[in-house]
Amino acid sequence: MNVEARPNLSKVQEARVGIADCDVHPNPTSLEDEVFPFLEQKWRDHIETYGMPQRIGFAGGTQYPKGQPRASRRDSYPPEGGPPASSLSFFREQHLDPHHVDLAVMIPLRIGQALQNMDLAVALCAAINEWQQEFWTRKEPRIKGSIVMAYENASDCVAQIEKHAHKDDFVQISMLSRTPDPLGHRKYWPIYEAAAANGLPVGVHAFGYGGNPPTGGGYPSYYIEDMMAHAQSCQSLIVSMVYEGVFDRIPDMKLIIVEGGIAWLPSLAWRLDKIWEKNRMELSHVKRPPSEIIREHVWLTSQPIEEPDKRQQLVETIDWIGWENVLYASDYPHWDFDDPKRALPVQLTQEQRDGFFRNNAFKAYGLS
Amino acid sequence: MAEKHVVAKVADFADTDRKLVEVKGRPIVIFKLGEEWFGMLNRCPHQGGSLCAGHLISQVDSDRPGDYRLSRRGEILRCPWHGWEFDIRTGEACARPGKFRARPVGVSVLSADDTETVGDLELYDVSTEADLVVVEL
Ligand code: FES
Repeated sequence: MNVEARPNLSKVQEARVGIADCDVHPNPTSLEDEVFPFLEQKWRDHIETYGMPQRIGFAGGTQYPKGQPRASRRDSYPPEGGPPASSLSFFREQHLDPHHVDLAVMIPLRIGQALQNMDLAVALCAAINEWQQEFWTRKEPRIKGSIVMAYENASDCVAQIEKHAHKDDFVQISMLSRTPDPLGHRKYWPIYEAAAANGLPVGVHAFGYGGNPPTGGGYPSYYIEDMMAHAQSCQSLIVSMVYEGVFDRIPDMKLIIVEGGIAWLPSLAWRLDKIWEKNRMELSHVKRPPSEIIREHVWLTSQPIEEPDKRQQLVETIDWIGWENVLYASDYPHWDFDDPKRALPVQLTQEQRDGFFRNNAFKAYGLS
Repeated sequence: MAEKHVVAKVADFADTDRKLVEVKGRPIVIFKLGEEWFGMLNRCPHQGGSLCAGHLISQVDSDRPGDYRLSRRGEILRCPWHGWEFDIRTGEACARPGKFRARPVGVSVLSADDTETVGDLELYDVSTEADLVVVEL
């Protein structure tokens, strides 16, 4: 392990042992060319005729257009054309090789996990799982996939998990944070049970269309408010899962929160403990202090990492979260990408650095 | 002492407003804005994004919500990664001037007749290349 917390290009280039990047977003060149071949003809016809309505009032597109085209770094378009991160060779050249990434966990987005037409969502997710293997994980062993599922339909999710969980191609189950109901809801439990039974964590990535406004106070005016609201949704889903008793009932459940930031977790855990102690009547099914449950079951990926003016304050914050619970993520090729050489520009011990950039991830995904 | 380095021909900018060059092992991006020339270390002070791939936008000022005034078209460089904006003349970060700064470098144009004193001219055929772009670093 030789990752420099302070930028020092010459040393980073000498690194022998690579890092784990827990959030990257390869894209198909086009859905039609790469993903639709895995769909039955009836669904292709269906999409052509009716489209893919999301659980929002806007047809197509995102609720809040992003700050950069395709929410991507402007330098991430492959030279041979196509959208960012659609070319394996450029993905290697721009990200995997120079950053010494040994493990890159791909999380497909914008694929309609929660489409209004549930059968279409099921079919599309199944196709995306085939696409991940065919176009990425079988061609590049450093890349591992996430089993995506139409999570409003738990029985089909369980079928997808049973189908793919044993393969080397996949290291986690993938859900999104903005769901129609809080993630502790019992309708989602069969997914968690199947994930735990197969030894895989559930990675919940920020975004999704649940049909609810992104903030508790309604629809904000600006994209940047939508983005800030991810930390709120992630906090809500942790509260829901802890207080609804998910982790008490499913002791092997592992939850990885992706792209919601990290620094809010300590204060959330403190508040959860305080309220739990005072509301035993309502919460007697929660057997341990929430902070203890969170330390044992919840990991956070780092990006987009908070950047306090005094960077060393991040070290203190991660002390409170627990050094074993934070995983490095770049979010390549998106515009809020964190460069591994610069994501944590603070003095760290070797153990902290190794855990953050590699070992914690291998442990969370059950890899050696 | 800054030295002068010939890095390009003016003609290289016929179809582009920018070019990435290397001076003393350092990546430098040169911009041509109309008849003006600017240079910048090609490393964003935030996380090191390649400024060469950035967008040149206008300065935006506002006194209240809903009020957006654009000025100095093309003189603000927006990093291709996280969108920090820099004044192309001074390198100052627009959001927090005084705290963060991209590093500008001097760029000028010399006609071949005036370039005898410039060190690395052998790269160019001075007799045919009339105007050359020079970086001071
Ligand atoms: S690297 Fe330029 S804004 Fe972050």
